Amino acid sequence: MTVKTIIKISEYHDSVSLMLVARELSGLAGVQDAAVVMATEANKSILAEAGLLTDAAKAATANDLVIAVKANREQDAEEALGMVESLFAKKAAEDETADFRPKSIRGAVSSYPSANVAVISVAGRYATDEAWEALTRGLHVLLFSDNVSLEDEIALKRYARDHGLLLMGPGAGTAILNNVALGFANVIPAGNVGIVSAAGTGLQEVSTLVAKNGLGITQGIGTGGRDLKKEVGGIMMLEGLKALQEDTATEVIALVSKPPAPEVVDLILEQVKKSKKPTIVCFMGGDMSKVAEVETAIPARTLQEGGLFAAQAAGAQVGDIKQRIADETEQLKKQASELRKSLKPGQKYLRGLFSGGTLCYEAQVIWREMMDMPVYSNAPLPGEPSLEDSTKSQEHTTVDLGEEEFTVGRPHPMIDNDLRIRRLLQEASDPEVAVIILDVVIGYGAHPDPAAELEAAIVDGRKIAENDGRTIHFVASVTGTEQDPQGLKHTIATLERAGVIVCESNAAAARLTAMIVAR
Amino acid sequence: MTKISDIFGKELTVVNVGLTSMAESVADQDVKTVHLDWVPPKEGIRRLRVTKSGVNIDEANQQVVDRIKKALPVLVGMGIARDVIPGMHDRMILHAGPPIEWERMCGPTRGAVMGALIYEGLAKDSAEAEKLAASGGIEYAPCHHHHTVGPMAGIVSPSMPVFIFENKTFGNYAYCTQNEGLGKVLRYGGMGDEVYARLKWMETDLYPTLDRALQSLPDGIDIKSLIAQAMHMGDESHNRNRAGTSLFLRAIAPAMARTCDDRERLAKVIEFIDKNDHFFLNLSMPAGKAALEPAEGIEGSSIVTVMARNGTDFGIRLSGMPDRWFTAPAGEVEGLYFPGFTVKDANPDIGDSTVTETAGYGGFAMAAAPAITQFVGGSPQMAIDSTLEMYEITFDEHPGFTIPVLNFRGTPLGIDVRLVMETGILPKINTGIAHKEPGVGMVGAGILRAPEKCFRDAYDAIAELC
Repeated sequence: MTVKTIIKISEYHDSVSLMLVARELSGLAGVQDAAVVMATEANKSILAEAGLLTDAAKAATANDLVIAVKANREQDAEEALGMVESLFAKKAAEDETADFRPKSIRGAVSSYPSANVAVISVAGRYATDEAWEALTRGLHVLLFSDNVSLEDEIALKRYARDHGLLLMGPGAGTAILNNVALGFANVIPAGNVGIVSAAGTGLQEVSTLVAKNGLGITQGIGTGGRDLKKEVGGIMMLEGLKALQEDTATEVIALVSKPPAPEVVDLILEQVKKSKKPTIVCFMGGDMSKVAEVETAIPARTLQEGGLFAAQAAGAQVGDIKQRIADETEQLKKQASELRKSLKPGQKYLRGLFSGGTLCYEAQVIWREMMDMPVYSNAPLPGEPSLEDSTKSQEHTTVDLGEEEFTVGRPHPMIDNDLRIRRLLQEASDPEVAVIILDVVIGYGAHPDPAAELEAAIVDGRKIAENDGRTIHFVASVTGTEQDPQGLKHTIATLERAGVIVCESNAAAARLTAMIVAR
Repeated sequence: MTKISDIFGKELTVVNVGLTSMAESVADQDVKTVHLDWVPPKEGIRRLRVTKSGVNIDEANQQVVDRIKKALPVLVGMGIARDVIPGMHDRMILHAGPPIEWERMCGPTRGAVMGALIYEGLAKDSAEAEKLAASGGIEYAPCHHHHTVGPMAGIVSPSMPVFIFENKTFGNYAYCTQNEGLGKVLRYGGMGDEVYARLKWMETDLYPTLDRALQSLPDGIDIKSLIAQAMHMGDESHNRNRAGTSLFLRAIAPAMARTCDDRERLAKVIEFIDKNDHFFLNLSMPAGKAALEPAEGIEGSSIVTVMARNGTDFGIRLSGMPDRWFTAPAGEVEGLYFPGFTVKDANPDIGDSTVTETAGYGGFAMAAAPAITQFVGGSPQMAIDSTLEMYEITFDEHPGFTIPVLNFRGTPLGIDVRLVMETGILPKINTGIAHKEPGVGMVGAGILRAPEKCFRDAYDAIAELC
């Protein structure tokens, strides 16, 4: 056994650094004990007790650094002492920076006092607490989470209303605040249209239609699908509407929803009346007679109408909208009769495979008007037939693949098309299918290139049909803008490369599909 | 009253709770995004807001921290423990942490008790001291039950001189012994002639010198101010007290020079303080105790007003339940050791020094003490993160203690057991390490988290009220 020391004259390190180096030295092979200390009297007595006090160390002063090693063999001690310089150097290099992330909304707000919006997407059973935490700290909330009870929703929204805050959701996938896309939303230029929507993809479709017509929006406020139920009473749509009425940048307002409870319709229209701003009221498929009675209100039956009326009111040169849609329909009719020629007699049904619930709903509203046969769905319009089994189509069928039954334990179809692709191949194998309609939603939140995912599947689907001696048609629309990360043009081009007929809007795609299967 | 439209046109700062992709999307748009490191709360943890008797817990807690913030702890004098500490008597020994009987005391506490009995002249050697200690003839009590705090074993025996603190705002008093220095010292369980000789010198030379000097200072010495200044000089006033010790010496030196006529003694006193970087610890601790006591007893409060260890148990008390200790086994310290010692020699966590973290400095102000940041894992950045993490479990920030590197943000103040349980973040403590056997002393220093159990039990007790 041997004890070796090095004395470094007048070298200062803080004691913790020294202990760290000592710990490393002690861990080296053959080393029994090591000390790296300033040679104060107190430290010398510690060295003495540990049997590490050599004569050299004894002679050192309080300003000198002592490195002492007790080792089995002289060679081990020498090697350990040889490591000292590199250990000090290593210690300096390890000074990596960590980035602290707050663990709670409370912590975030105290570290970032400018925080003003919370986006909450944790599991429903935790979401209510987090939403309360955000609201009580003065944050506006986009509550993406589902499975929040109706009572909690009402309490949260009442609190938000009383404190001048937005509580968008639960189940609100989309919002655009100050042209920042939150959740599933598109890059929409700044403009003068303000939107309040109870439907996420509804907000996306209307806002992108506004953008496609050269205009932009001020705000896109989502309320969550239950806001217009009798129990909730449209709290957030009313508050959002009021805020847009007050907002000087907003000149045109669009309200988007499935048909609300009748008493809620009255409340909303009362509020609409309080402003001179043109207000497009798009209660898809609902009774529009009351809306028409309000002077400033413009009724819209579909998202397409909602988007176009809004663009028109906001100053876009879009001509007569009704005429424009009629002309478009005439065009689609011609297109449809061409496409019908390649169908076999047994190919008589349409199949809708939607990722956006509101787009699925809009298509059904259009089909109900145009078609004399029912369209089955897992999310049917009131009075229309439900699918017996959501995983199996019957006759005309449209499926909302974003419904909970499909999304439990897997990503939403806007993020991952896997389930939709499998269903698409299943439909392509069905000899009775004439046309498959798809919605392709791009923008933030969505898959980085959904068209590319679908392209390969569509080519495969087409092959399945062709191998069976059939031709199957694919019709789609793209909800998005050129400024979206995926790009509108790229998305359309990719779909067209796969032979998909890409329409201007989801409504147009629905009409074309209906005309392809018309008897 | 704020309106929804107030947000329109304002720059957004988005807090994301949940899916990472949501945060990435927002950040992609060049919007300031704070993506929480969110974890679900533990089973059975709900948000506690109002008690059944109608107390709003947040409001109660606000009262607690407001009292701590208003505190003005001043060193006003010195005295002998038996004369000045309420309830102290000739056969009483105070110790750190929650109550404990002789049989369950850890090695260093036993060593320090025996050492104190020898120092008091009640026993002539350790065998006799041990017999007396176990005889039932000595009353043991936590320092905290007597307005006192003690580092490590925290032993206060009747003859020991103590600092006297007055909280000028509320008029309450707190006490603490003089710091002996590092190494083989009583508070680490050290025994032996040099330990007793030092204690004796502290009684016969150090104490009178300091005491006379203090008597000449009618306003005393404002220790809160010294802690705040030391924080701007690299101290957190728990494990680093170098700046505080220097500041204290600067504050008292002229008065000592004027009141001490024995030059050699004065020189020795100055040398003793100067050579002991932790001298100020025994001033920063009672300052915290003096600040915290008036905050005890606010009904419904979930703020920790006592956090202390006796080397066997770790204990906390809440402002809302000031007489109830919530305890758990004291934890193992992850540490750095002196030559010749390893983790096998270490006693579990010990001492009242966590009064500093409780009062809003100490380890919670780690970001202010870059020189000792290696306790928390290496880098100054990690020290900053360590302080930032403690904001997650504290109810407020102390405007009197600011951290330069955090843009002079106040230190984390007021450990809220609700926040501890909701976030799962346990208080981070840095501490010295005592040898587990009586008589040896200090063997290293390190860091650990407070045990979850006592916070869980305290949370459950509050939950029962709700």
